[in-house]
Amino acid sequence: MAEQHGSPSRLTYDYVTRTIARTLGSPSRGYFVLLGAAVALLAIGITTLVLLIRYGLGLAGYSHPVYWAVYITCFVFWVGIAHSGTLISAILFLFRSGWRTAVYRTAEAMTVFAVMTAGLFPLIHIGRQWYFYWLIPYPNERGLWPNFKSPLIWDEFAIGTYFTVSTVFLIMGLIPDIAAVRDLATGWRKKLYQLCSVGWRGTNEQWRHFTRGYLYLAALATPLVLSVHSVVSWDFAMAIVPGWHATLFAPYFVAGAIYSGCGMVITLLTPIRKLFGLEELITVKHFENLAKLCLLTGSIVSFSYLTENFVAWFSGNPHERAAFWYRAFGPYWWASWTMNICNGLLPWLLWSKKVRTNITALFVISIFVNIGMWFERYVIIVVSLAGEPYTTWTNAVYNPTWADWGIMAGSFGWFFMWFLLFVKNFPAVSISEVKEVLAPPRSTMSKVRA
Amino acid sequence: MMPLPKPLQEIFHPPPTPGVLGVFQYLDATLDAIKKLRAAGHTDFTVYSPIPRHEIEDVLGQPVSPVRMFTLIGGIAGCAVGAWLTLWMSYDWPIVLGGKPVGSVPPYVVIMFEMTILFGALSTILGILFNAAFAARRLGTIQYDARFTNDRFGIFVPAEGAKSAPVEKVLRDAGAEEVRRG
Repeated sequence: MAEQHGSPSRLTYDYVTRTIARTLGSPSRGYFVLLGAAVALLAIGITTLVLLIRYGLGLAGYSHPVYWAVYITCFVFWVGIAHSGTLISAILFLFRSGWRTAVYRTAEAMTVFAVMTAGLFPLIHIGRQWYFYWLIPYPNERGLWPNFKSPLIWDEFAIGTYFTVSTVFLIMGLIPDIAAVRDLATGWRKKLYQLCSVGWRGTNEQWRHFTRGYLYLAALATPLVLSVHSVVSWDFAMAIVPGWHATLFAPYFVAGAIYSGCGMVITLLTPIRKLFGLEELITVKHFENLAKLCLLTGSIVSFSYLTENFVAWFSGNPHERAAFWYRAFGPYWWASWTMNICNGLLPWLLWSKKVRTNITALFVISIFVNIGMWFERYVIIVVSLAGEPYTTWTNAVYNPTWADWGIMAGSFGWFFMWFLLFVKNFPAVSISEVKEVLAPPRSTMSKVRA
Repeated sequence: MMPLPKPLQEIFHPPPTPGVLGVFQYLDATLDAIKKLRAAGHTDFTVYSPIPRHEIEDVLGQPVSPVRMFTLIGGIAGCAVGAWLTLWMSYDWPIVLGGKPVGSVPPYVVIMFEMTILFGALSTILGILFNAAFAARRLGTIQYDARFTNDRFGIFVPAEGAKSAPVEKVLRDAGAEEVRRG
């Protein structure tokens, strides 16, 4: 950005508006291929779900004592993905960090769609989706209410609030940008944007209320994002299962969530930047900053792994020790070591500036970050339950079946479908906020240039 | 299309306000024009800008937006709703377990916290919408230019007949690249 890098640049307000508005033009063949792949994956998921409803959850690999498995793993994985979006859009907004402006819209859209995806899993997991409303406190003929001491109810409130707040935050930030593309668009798109921009014209009164409101939304979203993954972690930490029952869980999960989310932002931004020709707006600097966030949160995650293992040993508790021994050297050793290598060792590559500024390398690392973080949840959930020492007489090795993988594939399809539709129909980079970090047009400046 | 009921009509399509619109290429020229207009005793003009600039806010000398009251009241209401929901529901269907209190506040703090955020955020949105809609209604339907969301700044001054000429002069002197009456 001109003001940040201090170099004269052809980045003017008009250039920014037109470059970003261009991304909404006719989709290329590559876009349709990606969208087609996403829809195909979603079709696999829907087919699996129909079979699950027809024949029951027995199709999934559930077996005693592992009744929380891939579906809950995917739930935590997707909630985690969501978190870095709010970090970039709200927390970095409060910190007034200028680099966020070019990437935050993508990250925020990712948040909304990831929470939408995550929300499906508890529903799939309950087996009888049509009774989902039993979770909600509603007046009923038996006078029953949910048990508010249960972390599962906290989770429902946290995820519900998170989805609502991140959606309104995304929409709010979009309004001035939709107005900007409205003023360039023609045909049916103009009508659509006219409706969506709710009369935005950039008057001083509108900005006065908007900027204040946006600040408060960011201030509310900041504690929210920290609370949501803490609450998700308490779904486990409140139980006495060894491997779950740790006070460390809240900060450990939040750091892991942001780590995986930054990985996903890199995974998503790399192709978007290429597809839409946004190299001048989303620069290597942005990728480097995302990589630094990955390094920071990845280091917290590695430290948490060490702490967890140390405390298991230091506590002297035989069950705790057995659980962690089982985790590392039991039948699931491959999952644990995938997690340790991808999350514990991989971030150390990011200490090197060469790696941080190499987008191809970052893209590859980001995929491994996501694989590692998926396995972290798998290890915590499945392996802790499978190795549960209280009921050794029922221990069984759980293996995911096609029904587990089918739903998981469907979730990726569902997420990418929404994401791709979003980036083609709404500005994927914030027009007004990118302009904010540019030097405003001044008559004195043009005189100097002339 | 069916005409809107009157109060809605006034909010969404307020009656037109005659006046003068100046289009500016530069921020400093816009600021200059605002200062001159204020010196000439105008208070009811509208400034358009593609991005929020604190310089514009400063020269306009606007009071802080009342949206913050919406956020505060919404947040407090949310916290209260969270407390009521959990405590009342616990006593309405008591789950008596191991001599533990039926309504115990520590676990309910989570719900109270989430409801504070939820209500606070939603009332902030309502605050922005209401305040912006009422301001639009007060201003009436005024001239606009599609470039204002791209790279131009604008000032609209409500003025009629003989009063328009001095306003036009102020805008031109400050450096407006285009001045229109309407």
